[in-house]
Amino acid sequence: MGPHYIDLHKTAVQTQQKSLEGYVGFASLPNQVYRKSVKRGFEFTLMVVGESGLGKSTLINSLFLTDLYSLEYPGPSHRIKKTVQVEQSKVLIKEGGVQLLLTIVDTPGFGDAVDNSNCWQPIIDHIDSKFEDYLNSESRVNRRQMPDSRIHCCLYFIAPSGHGLKPLDIEFMKRLHEKVNVIPLIAKADTLTPEECQQFKKQIMREILEHKIKIYEFPETDDEEENKLVKKIKDKLPLAVVGSNTIIEVNSKRVRGRQYPWGVAEVENSDHCDFTILRDMLIRTHMQDLKDVTNNVHYENYRSRKLAAVTYTGPDNNRAAKGPLSTKHDTVEGMSPLAQMEEERRDHVTKMKKMEMEMEQVFEMKVKEKVQKLKDSEAELQRRHEQMKKNLEAQHRELEDKRRVFEDERSNWEANQRLEQQKMEASRTLEKNKKKGKIF
Amino acid sequence: MSESAKPHHPSPQGKGEKTHASDFSYVGIDAILEQMRRKAMKQGFELNIMVVGQSGLGKSTLMNTLFKSKVSRKSVQPNPEERIPKTIEIKSISHDIEEKGVRMKLTVIDTPGFGDHINNENCWQPIMKFINDQYEAYLQEEININRKKRIPDSRVHCCIYFIPPTGHCLRPLDVEFMRRLSKVVNIVPVIAKADTLTLEERDFFKQTIREELRANGIDVYPQKEFDEDADDRMINDKIREMIPFAVVGSDQEYQVNGKRILGRKTKWGTIEVENIGHCEFAYLRDLLIRTHMQNIKDITGSIHYETYRVRRLNESNAHFKSQPSDHPAVQPKANGQPEVTPSAPQANGVAAKHEVMSHEM
Repeated sequence: MGPHYIDLHKTAVQTQQKSLEGYVGFASLPNQVYRKSVKRGFEFTLMVVGESGLGKSTLINSLFLTDLYSLEYPGPSHRIKKTVQVEQSKVLIKEGGVQLLLTIVDTPGFGDAVDNSNCWQPIIDHIDSKFEDYLNSESRVNRRQMPDSRIHCCLYFIAPSGHGLKPLDIEFMKRLHEKVNVIPLIAKADTLTPEECQQFKKQIMREILEHKIKIYEFPETDDEEENKLVKKIKDKLPLAVVGSNTIIEVNSKRVRGRQYPWGVAEVENSDHCDFTILRDMLIRTHMQDLKDVTNNVHYENYRSRKLAAVTYTGPDNNRAAKGPLSTKHDTVEGMSPLAQMEEERRDHVTKMKKMEMEMEQVFEMKVKEKVQKLKDSEAELQRRHEQMKKNLEAQHRELEDKRRVFEDERSNWEANQRLEQQKMEASRTLEKNKKKGKIF
Repeated sequence: MSESAKPHHPSPQGKGEKTHASDFSYVGIDAILEQMRRKAMKQGFELNIMVVGQSGLGKSTLMNTLFKSKVSRKSVQPNPEERIPKTIEIKSISHDIEEKGVRMKLTVIDTPGFGDHINNENCWQPIMKFINDQYEAYLQEEININRKKRIPDSRVHCCIYFIPPTGHCLRPLDVEFMRRLSKVVNIVPVIAKADTLTLEERDFFKQTIREELRANGIDVYPQKEFDEDADDRMINDKIREMIPFAVVGSDQEYQVNGKRILGRKTKWGTIEVENIGHCEFAYLRDLLIRTHMQNIKDITGSIHYETYRVRRLNESNAHFKSQPSDHPAVQPKANGQPEVTPSAPQANGVAAKHEVMSHEM
């Protein structure tokens, strides 16, 4: 099937370069796309993750030049969190007629507790739920409105220790690099001297390679100029950023920066930090690419994993996943659906058999118990019966004795009575005789 | 400063010899200060400092800066390995340093691995165990029948706790650790890598920390209850208004305005470590070394160690008949007094501590 197919493909795409004889007008296609996109507006979801106090809110404010977190709506870092939360804030910004619906997902409480095991779990759950929402809306019958709330980019803030990555950093990035575009940043970079910064970056990249973490890679283009820029950015990874929204006067220039007693660290000075590189990369050049990678790579990964876990019955299924099965089959991606089904059936059958056996066992046990109980109660009854019989016999004997005694007494008494009577008779006759005798 | 209390007679003339009629009533009791000073110089001093904090907060650098020499664990290791140990280790390095004839045995106790793991539950336990073990060793020496004339003091005098400069508030781990350890050792909290905070952020952070310490009942050095008199209280109150100190450490020298100073050079300026306008390292150094070193050792000896001792002896009172306690009064004197601490309280300081202790018991 292989080669034949390719041949067909080849013959189908025997494109001939034809030159135009006049102006047709499809060169304005990009303009049409542009106009339509501008009308539609853009969406972008950005997630920021890092320990509290690393300047995440300040950096967001600096990036988009708006006060997303202000005094009236303080950033999550000003509120103490007990568990890791995931918070979304939406803001609609306009520039040059282009609308951008920007969603910032913040994760306060990450890495702040004493025990931080599984603090990444709420974040993973959130990302998955966004993918699931999109999957569901994609599979609906009516697909007119498909809001894209998937996370397009995750900025991970590394504390500027100057040594290397912490175990928490490594764990987090390892778990999330396959779900979302991870861009690691060195936070509060004004703490490091240039030499320390270089060393720190090298150490981090070494550790990232060592642990096989796939951070977001800038795509190679055909354009030589752009490639040079991309290479320059790659050399500076991870980007060391400083954030600030306060304006300070330096040499009669107004710049955004941080005022120290020993000088002013300018945010937009590329000598001082890599903020401009981040901003250009994130917003001006690679925003669309981030969205594309999210759509084509991360979302597709999620989708294939999810769908392979569900029994495959047809393309227009509303694929609500069956819980226990999907979690079991998360690891068997890439198996054909039929084989999957077979295996499932076999699993099911064995499960049923096991259940049956178990139930039989349970039943037997119950029966034995019942029989035992009955025997016990029978024995009990028997015993009682014996007991009662004995009692009765005892009573009977007692009564017999009493009766005998009574008979004896009675016969005695009768005997006595007779004697008495005889005596009386004798005495009467004697008296009679006496009387009679006296007359003589 | 204590030298000003010396008599007008220069020493070669001998104490107690009166040549001037105006010094008719001079006895020479205050010459004991000179005697103690000489004795202390001969004996030398011991100081044990423990540094606790997450990796990457500049603990080793700060130690090197404090004592202006490479005393930290990292400087002593032959090949510096930056890996985080799986369990918390306690590494103790001792150095003999000398300055102007005064010898000091400095021990720096490092705790790599603290707070670096994902699950940091009970990470303070190895540290508490170590501190108690040192007290135990001292106790065993003390209750020996044939005691050494001078018991080697390996008790932790001071624990410097490094707070990461988040700028918001204390983390749960910080609160837990300080709460437990402020009861067994003198804790000096410092804000590490303070060059990350602007002055306003620094003030706000310090205020938040002080409130949280108060709210949690954590008593850090200098403890309010151990102030001996009004002078002490005034000095210590000023210090208490400033803790935690925001420090920056560096062991590299740079040229600034023609002077060579320790600092950190960035693209936007050079941070001078000893400049009070830049960071509070000078205050920390003065507290630890120049003014309160003796006080720290006294409190360790007479309060923390005594608490431990009372608890231990009560636990095993079948074994040891509790022989009270003129021992605590002996300890501070044996350590010598030529420091620049206010010498006036020393005389009644000892008695006051005795009272305090008996009050505690």
